[in-house]
Amino acid sequence: MKVDGSDVAATPRPGQCLRTFLREQGRTGVKKGCDAGDCGACTVLLDGAPVHSCLVPAHRAADSEVVTVAGLGTPDDLHPAQRAFAEAAGFQCGFCTAGMVVTAASLGLPDDAEVVRPSGSDLERLFKGNLCRCTGYRSIRDALAGKVNIEQADAGESFGRAVAAPAARRVVTGCEAYTLDEREPAGMLHVAVLGSPHPHARITRIDASAARRAPGVHLVLTHEDVPPVRFSTARHDNRLDDPDDTLMLDPVLRFRGQRVAVAVAETPRLAREALRLVDVEYAELPAVFDPEAARAPGAPQLHGDKDPLEARVNDPHRNVVAALHEEHPAPGAVDAALATSPATVDGTWTTARVAHAALETHGARAHVAPDGTLVVRTSTQVPFLVRDELARLLGRERETVRVVAGRVGGGFGGKQEMLVEDVVALATLRTGRPVQWELSREEQFAVTPCRHPMRVRVRLGADADGTLTALAIDVLSDTGAYGNHAPGVLFHGVHESMAVYRAPAKRVDAEAVYTNNVPSGAFRGYGLGQVQFAIESAVDELAARLGLDPVELRRRNVVQPGDPFVVGHVDAGDLDYGSYGLDQCLDLVEAALDAGERGERGQAAPPGWAEGRGVALAMIATIPPRGHHSTARLTARADGTYTLDVGTAEFGNGTTTVHVQIAAAELGTTVDRVRVRQSDTAVAGYDTGAYGSAGSVVAGKAVALAAERLRAALLAGLPEGSALGAEGASLPDGGGVAFADLVGRAAARAGATDGTTADTVSADGSHDGSPRSVAFNVQGFRVAVDRGTGEVRVLQSVQAADAGVVINPEQLRGQIEGGVAQALGSAMAEQVVVRDGVVETRTFRHYRVPQIADVPPTEVLFASTVDTMGVRGAKSMSEAPYNPVAPALANAVAAATGVRPYAIPVQKDVVWALLNGGAARSA
Amino acid sequence: MDLDVDTVRVARSREDLALAPGEVLLGGGTFLFSEPVPDGVTGLVDLTGMGWEPWTIDGAGLRVAATCTIEQLREGPGGLGGSGVPGPYPGLAIVRACTDALLLSFKVAHSATVGGNVCLALPAGAMVSLFAALGGSVVVWTPGGGARESTVVDLVTGAGRTTLAPGEVLREVRVPASALGARTAFRKAALTALGRSSAVVTAAEAEPAEAVRRVRLVLTASVPRPVELTVPAGDHAALDAVLDRVTDWYDDPHGTPVWRAAMTRRLAHEVLEELG
Repeated sequence: MKVDGSDVAATPRPGQCLRTFLREQGRTGVKKGCDAGDCGACTVLLDGAPVHSCLVPAHRAADSEVVTVAGLGTPDDLHPAQRAFAEAAGFQCGFCTAGMVVTAASLGLPDDAEVVRPSGSDLERLFKGNLCRCTGYRSIRDALAGKVNIEQADAGESFGRAVAAPAARRVVTGCEAYTLDEREPAGMLHVAVLGSPHPHARITRIDASAARRAPGVHLVLTHEDVPPVRFSTARHDNRLDDPDDTLMLDPVLRFRGQRVAVAVAETPRLAREALRLVDVEYAELPAVFDPEAARAPGAPQLHGDKDPLEARVNDPHRNVVAALHEEHPAPGAVDAALATSPATVDGTWTTARVAHAALETHGARAHVAPDGTLVVRTSTQVPFLVRDELARLLGRERETVRVVAGRVGGGFGGKQEMLVEDVVALATLRTGRPVQWELSREEQFAVTPCRHPMRVRVRLGADADGTLTALAIDVLSDTGAYGNHAPGVLFHGVHESMAVYRAPAKRVDAEAVYTNNVPSGAFRGYGLGQVQFAIESAVDELAARLGLDPVELRRRNVVQPGDPFVVGHVDAGDLDYGSYGLDQCLDLVEAALDAGERGERGQAAPPGWAEGRGVALAMIATIPPRGHHSTARLTARADGTYTLDVGTAEFGNGTTTVHVQIAAAELGTTVDRVRVRQSDTAVAGYDTGAYGSAGSVVAGKAVALAAERLRAALLAGLPEGSALGAEGASLPDGGGVAFADLVGRAAARAGATDGTTADTVSADGSHDGSPRSVAFNVQGFRVAVDRGTGEVRVLQSVQAADAGVVINPEQLRGQIEGGVAQALGSAMAEQVVVRDGVVETRTFRHYRVPQIADVPPTEVLFASTVDTMGVRGAKSMSEAPYNPVAPALANAVAAATGVRPYAIPVQKDVVWALLNGGAARSA
Repeated sequence: MDLDVDTVRVARSREDLALAPGEVLLGGGTFLFSEPVPDGVTGLVDLTGMGWEPWTIDGAGLRVAATCTIEQLREGPGGLGGSGVPGPYPGLAIVRACTDALLLSFKVAHSATVGGNVCLALPAGAMVSLFAALGGSVVVWTPGGGARESTVVDLVTGAGRTTLAPGEVLREVRVPASALGARTAFRKAALTALGRSSAVVTAAEAEPAEAVRRVRLVLTASVPRPVELTVPAGDHAALDAVLDRVTDWYDDPHGTPVWRAAMTRRLAHEVLEELG
């Protein structure tokens, strides 16, 4: 076989697919997204034709020529398709990009004159087999059309500009190293895990002796072999935020697929085969799958053995993990207000179980370094939090544990968990060999946490003029078998969703409940999307009953700067209005939809279809509550380059770009002179991690502070009015100091005080995530509905965002488009179907992540605000765009048809049933 | 994905197709390599080494080898049906619609085979939709060196189930010449634009009976196995009557049975209208 121009002597194993064969030859630009032919991330050219290499039997390619993404071009010599994706900013996490680039190249895109450029539906057919979870495909369409979206910026001019992600050229050529892309260490072992066949059972006997004797097996772990330390897979800055209800291996199995035994062997296959030799006897226990039934008297208790205080489980005997019951200003206020309100709404909304579907599955590698440090390289959003919990779990000092994340192939909250790291860490300590565990896509769907399904009852009251008199919600959240993120998602979900509206009487009843379903966990929006789907639908219904315009009704009732944030109590914490652009967002979306109705934007409805428009709003705190910390260190070198060490991870959120822009702006330099080293606990100072959209506003502020201090250090002793530039300092008298001299003098000054002799100079900055501001998003849709089929077609989609000062307009637009696309997936098509605890949607063939044809264009508009708390006036904007989408869509469907959807996804079959009187099955 | 098997051999002759215990046939491999192999499977026998001519067309009709790829079908016979204006074989005008109805990428269509799709017998298997509508039959090689024939409709007995016995090899699909000249129609419903089919109705003009023009409709994707309905052209009441007798609607994550039934009825009437 010839691969990227070189002869390969190795022979594939029987049954081996081309993808793993190529990766074993070091061609790690070939990615595994699904390993089943559905996602296209592994696309290569086989004798010139594009194929999904995970489906190609490697033996067939023995005499073929294979070209991977890395064979098309290099960072210094890009292939036109690679250049197109780099210049269009046609990626976020970049894990799908290799496959996109190879597919585009095979079609002569973007600009091979010899090929007729596919357009419209033909392009959608050709790219239906390439899934992207991050972008929403607009920037990919731009790449395929050869459109340039990035710009160059002069020294000190990059802030606010659409500069490219620093990794762009490496991502589009397949040479950026994701979690498992580094050279495989010698002697590496592999993990396979036996999953529970029962939704609720107790292991009465387990015998792994035969498995331990099997060929190539180095270790088999059962519940008898692991530390008896309870923890939560969820990770937060304060580990006490989540219940300690989980063991690495537990004799009680609470969902199908829960770990029963772990085999560690020389190949993945030997590990899998060893599991067949594990002899297990189970005593089945009664199971409960419905959260309402789970909290009813007599229900099977999942964690009845837990001490409520020690494990931090609210009421184990009712299966309640977390609960909140509060009323403002006093008990009974809501009922009293509703009794006298001229208009009321009382309805119950539900949301489905949704998968993150990040293209890179969970995976980790561990080894012990020569100095005894346990090193874990993993696909995580929170390397420092994983380090701390691993140390606790394994009884080690945290200084002896190092956790590293390479570029992470998508997260969306799913990687704010410790799901594989504990196993590889323990296995490497026990065997003394490097150990890897890479989850399959099926495991990803069947056993890793999903979005919490919720049932939300909303009661609303208003005066005749539409002024709210009362707002009450009753939330039931299904956390599945474990309580990871159950409290946080519940408390966050009811917070900004309630606080964004003024109402004199408010009440919150909320409970998160254990069931024998696959665990739920952190998901983009962190509970707000589910609750806002209900509240924003109820507000829309109220407007309909009052005959008021739904945007106008919102204007009358949303909070204004200075208003307290009232949930079921007055939040007297550190949340404040650093800026306020909700009014602008409502105006922008209303104007855009009006223009659409005049035929100036979007499409017209097909003849005979019902047309309607809908809006919804969302507020979100710019930083998670209860602490989010970041430290940054900037180091200047004599050659004018800088190194920026930050602890947060890059998973497509674009924080690396933003950090470079912030540093370059403060230091008056160009972005290419700032190199970022990130997400390595051995290199950077502590960072809580990449969640809660904190990368820009917390880590970014630490970067800004470090840069400010470094600039001051470099300019110290120069006359006032001296300015730092890329090549050195310019003085007020027109003179200058070369950069090397600046660094030399600053280093000498530092040495004079602390005795160091470095030839570089560094400065640190940190931020503790408080106080916090609020950001806003408003989504608008015009839709057409075909009553005969239930099809909902988006005619126009517009989102206005109040993100403060925009740091990188192209990147921010991409975050919003991607959030809208992901939300449209869960609003219209996606659900993890679970029956009796069995996940039925275990592949992308059955779980409908939006394809390129499924995502309409979204017009993105920005409010003009400057935040007093954020870095240079900016606010976070990563989770938030997701939240208003589902209610806006449902409201548009209601407006079009007169029938309101009370559940998402609003699938064709569901809409059809609503409109035709049939009963929709809730799967 | 990697399959946990011990042997792979490439078949070059009919003798090579005799399966040893644990061996299974490997067609394009695009389904086989998408899931772990079932317990007990230890070896693969690669059919693509047989060197079968992908397809031929002559006065007797169309013959499509089991190893003909979806792409070869689309680019070859699929080009003979004509688009917009009728081609030389109007019956083949639905070939491209059927290949495009498959969820698979055009990149997978390089490898995926017609025979593989038929043998997989998934309700949404569009090669079943296509060849059943064209009145197709299959030639099956039996282990002793013999062969048997079956209609495509009869071959598929349920979702993922066929009459194929262990050791039998699907050799080719045959379409009679009469069907190649017939007018054909295709409709599909899915939950998303290019998603997996929830309901497919394919149809061809059938041989007239007692001078009455007839249409043969085939329901797939919405039913566990293909359902063939023959009604007089333009007779919507007759169509409703035969549809009323279909009660076994398929249930999977791609649509509720009641919606699939309604969509099937809607699409069937559209098809009947088109071929009226």
